[in-house]
Amino acid sequence: MTPRTTKLTTPLKESDLKTLHTGDMILLSGEVYTARDAGHERMVRLIHEGRKPPFDPKGAVIYYVGPTPPHPGMPVGSCGPTTSSRMDAYLDVVLSTGIKATVGKGCRSPEAYDAMRKHGAVYLAAIGGAGALLSGHVTGAEVVAWEDLGTEALRRLTIKDFPVIVAYDLAGNDIFGEGRRKWARR
Amino acid sequence: MREVNVQDITDAVREMAIDVNLHLSEGLVDDLAKALEREESPLGREIIERIIDNARAARDKQLPACQDTGTAVVMAEIGQDVHLVGGDLTEAINEGVERGYKEGRLRMSIVGDPIRRVNTNTNAPAVVHTFIVPGEGVKISFMAKGSGCENMSRLKMLNPADGEEGILRFIEEAVIEADGRACPPMTLGVGLGGDLEQAALLAKRALFRAPLGAPNPAGHVADLERKILARVNATGVGPMGMGGRVTALAVHVEVAPVHISSLPLALNVDCHAHRHRSVEL
Repeated sequence: MTPRTTKLTTPLKESDLKTLHTGDMILLSGEVYTARDAGHERMVRLIHEGRKPPFDPKGAVIYYVGPTPPHPGMPVGSCGPTTSSRMDAYLDVVLSTGIKATVGKGCRSPEAYDAMRKHGAVYLAAIGGAGALLSGHVTGAEVVAWEDLGTEALRRLTIKDFPVIVAYDLAGNDIFGEGRRKWARR
Repeated sequence: MREVNVQDITDAVREMAIDVNLHLSEGLVDDLAKALEREESPLGREIIERIIDNARAARDKQLPACQDTGTAVVMAEIGQDVHLVGGDLTEAINEGVERGYKEGRLRMSIVGDPIRRVNTNTNAPAVVHTFIVPGEGVKISFMAKGSGCENMSRLKMLNPADGEEGILRFIEEAVIEADGRACPPMTLGVGLGGDLEQAALLAKRALFRAPLGAPNPAGHVADLERKILARVNATGVGPMGMGGRVTALAVHVEVAPVHISSLPLALNVDCHAHRHRSVEL
């Protein structure tokens, strides 16, 4: 038995998000922007200064990842998700720009879930530690900004059928809390 | 007195850094396959299948299994009848890390200072622990330690009165809080006894035990390992924290003598990409 699987293309529309339920498998195509700790610090500083992120945020997807260097002729090396909760402190500001989804791994803080409900955004979980497998779903990569950050630079990744699991949907269902309670032995 | 050239240590570290990141051990993949048989959650099974597929993809594409190619942790056991020649031991280890991470196209994940946070762009320096042991052997152990799980590690100075239940509860709570962030199915290294830093070091050394899941030779410690594993796998955290029966693959506990008033407990969490190896020179 495999989870319900649907295909989705970025930029994400509100009508797309409404169809998503926690636990669904999504094959995501289009473009995502990479940012993790240092990139978020810079992005949020820009927004606080009244400027925009260096890409069109409307319906955009942020992927929390710092890839390994590519082999010659490949866009990226290994590129699985990093822990999302380290970016929770920035999430309310990030989502205020119109970004509609973040991709990462692991549970998030109550404040992060509040921010998602406030801005009508979802959280998608990629499989942590599956970087070599996920690399096969990335067809292009270019540095958009902050090249000095190395692996933490802001990159635009072009992806094809990149597998993610809906971890927090618009109705406020959280896969981590619900999954653990369902399978706990008391 | 036997002479060992530190250049050989550089070469060994370089080779292990690349190997552990690109080739997850067959034993680990077997343990994941056994975990798949035990897992009852459909989503949990799907996740474990993809983790196993990923190990194959890493070998086929010669890519790191995980993009977090880790902090390089090196345990160097040096026989007291050995004379190391050809340079500084720590520099030799770090040169091996620099070469391995560059030539293996691994990720540079180390900043030179925790406050200024500028990347060293070499993945050096390694975290190095040296042990002087009897004889004339040299054993170098290497671990690529991911930070997602390292960040979920913790230490507490328990009271002796907290006893076994206190130990079990502390670890259970840590695993629930870690959740998917530590990339379960996890391996847990536990250090019990000694003092603050010895407990932490025992926990890290416990992660180096091979093969995975081998019990501590002391029966009462092995008994505690089984109880911790059962407790952790009853939490429901499951693969990647999304619910299931398999939260940990193995628990290794190491113990040390301790003061009459202390019970230090360190938990070092490792992710499902449990990457380490050792060589004897």
